Amino acid sequence: MHFGNQSYFINMKKNSLITYIRTKRLLFVKCGILLIGSTLILAFAWAAGLVGGRTTTQTFLKDTPSTFPAGYRRAHGKGICFEGNFRASGRGVPFSVARVFAQQIVPAVGRFSLGSPDPYAPDNSTRTVSMALMLTADDGEQWRMKLNNEPFFATRDAEGFLKQMEAYKPNPATGTPDLARVEAFLKEYPEAKKYVKWDATAPWTRSFAGAQYNVINSFILIDENGKKQPIRWSMRPHEPFTSWSVSQRKQASHDVLFDDLKKRLQKGPLYWDLVLTLADSVDPVNDPSQLWPASRTEIVAGTLEVSQVFDQADGGCRDVNFDPTRVPNGIILSDDPVLLARAGIYSHSHNSRVREIGYGKATDAVGKHQNDNRKNK
Amino acid sequence: MARQRKTPSGPPAHFNITARILHWLMAAIILAMIFVGLGMMTSLTWRPWLLDLHIPLGIAILLLVVIRLINRLSFTVPKLPASMSGFQSKAAGTLHWLLYAMMLALPLTGWAQLSAGGFLIKLFPGINLPSILPQSPFLYALLHDAHSVMAWLLFLMVVGHLSAALLHAWAYRDGIFSSITWGRKN
Repeated sequence: MHFGNQSYFINMKKNSLITYIRTKRLLFVKCGILLIGSTLILAFAWAAGLVGGRTTTQTFLKDTPSTFPAGYRRAHGKGICFEGNFRASGRGVPFSVARVFAQQIVPAVGRFSLGSPDPYAPDNSTRTVSMALMLTADDGEQWRMKLNNEPFFATRDAEGFLKQMEAYKPNPATGTPDLARVEAFLKEYPEAKKYVKWDATAPWTRSFAGAQYNVINSFILIDENGKKQPIRWSMRPHEPFTSWSVSQRKQASHDVLFDDLKKRLQKGPLYWDLVLTLADSVDPVNDPSQLWPASRTEIVAGTLEVSQVFDQADGGCRDVNFDPTRVPNGIILSDDPVLLARAGIYSHSHNSRVREIGYGKATDAVGKHQNDNRKNK
Repeated sequence: MARQRKTPSGPPAHFNITARILHWLMAAIILAMIFVGLGMMTSLTWRPWLLDLHIPLGIAILLLVVIRLINRLSFTVPKLPASMSGFQSKAAGTLHWLLYAMMLALPLTGWAQLSAGGFLIKLFPGINLPSILPQSPFLYALLHDAHSVMAWLLFLMVVGHLSAALLHAWAYRDGIFSSITWGRKN
């Protein structure tokens, strides 16, 4: 009986396998537990960004040089703290329940800064100037924001920023960026051409006071009925915009912008209007590289008064993380990927520099000039 | 029924119902919390909502662990089997108390860290917890480091605790695992 014979052997084999598993049960149980444990540890390592090589918010701070002076911000290192207040006009109230739109006077702490990461950069070395701001309303809610004089972001997402940095890195042999790499980047992120053109042609500001600062990212206002209105906003200066010729700029002194700001504030406060731009349903809310049409409704929600500045080494704004995702009740975040990425990136920058300050490693950044260490200069 | 009976015959076979519910509820929350925390520190897009989840979950853990400690100290717990060596039962006891300490310390350092960093402690939209420390770079740095080191340690302890528990459940079958479940001792 050929067939019967075969099934007999199969049964034999099956039985012996079961017996085998039974005798080695402990071994299998232990292997199983080991497997469960290592899977958990692997999942942990992946989530922590230790394995898998995915882009994390830490990746954005990888380029910080090891010689970077302790205690300074990883981006926009050179800056000055300011104090002032925000006076709401009340015109924001129909759109948002945030207390800052209704409160008469809201105290403001902020910072003006240069776009360069180098805290010792000459003021004529970059066209990018920024305003960071934190408004604290009387209900305790904080509105932190970060605004640039650039009208839009170069790329549609945060990864694009990394790729842009990579593509424009000067080739060590020639000292200029590799054309092929720049072209490859512009092919992947065609919207960046708009930024490149703006960067090449728009006039440089000659003063912090006359610059308009734009939030670039999109947010959503929530009114008392829960209705949502996507917005962007700008700080529009009361002072006129002023620029200069390339030769004037090149001859300017090292701290020309900061000196100008201090001089102006000795004469009196400076003002910016908080201008909310209301998005239409067709406007790209999730793409900071795209401007909304100039015809969109604008609302002056209030006026920021900057009354005095003081050295960032003395504290005040020094330890503040101007993370723009920390918005008050009545404002929520949009799905703008660049905005969401800022949360983690700002947090790492804040953690590392406050750590240096807290553990006493910072020198110049906290005004300890005796151990002045200008390695990065 | 799993109702605890206090009989003169000796310690119970199970932890009381409160302990069992709290154990499994907190196990799920803590494991989720560890990954929420890691995601917050790495994700390009999820940090804001993960942070909004991290704070209320952390406060939930803090409240639950207080109830758990009171319950743990107020009722008799099952005895470890006689088959365990003195060293083993001491190690198990120490690990359990260390786990409780972590469950208390992590939410507290998180809360204190946000306070020392000058951040709002957003429990729910529009509802913030009070700051428990003055703003200070030193305290912020210290608490931030402590919070992350302890989170990593807690994760390793959880993996160790789970492995040991499964070993008791599947290999030794000595009633240790069933004392925290609804099952009978094998």
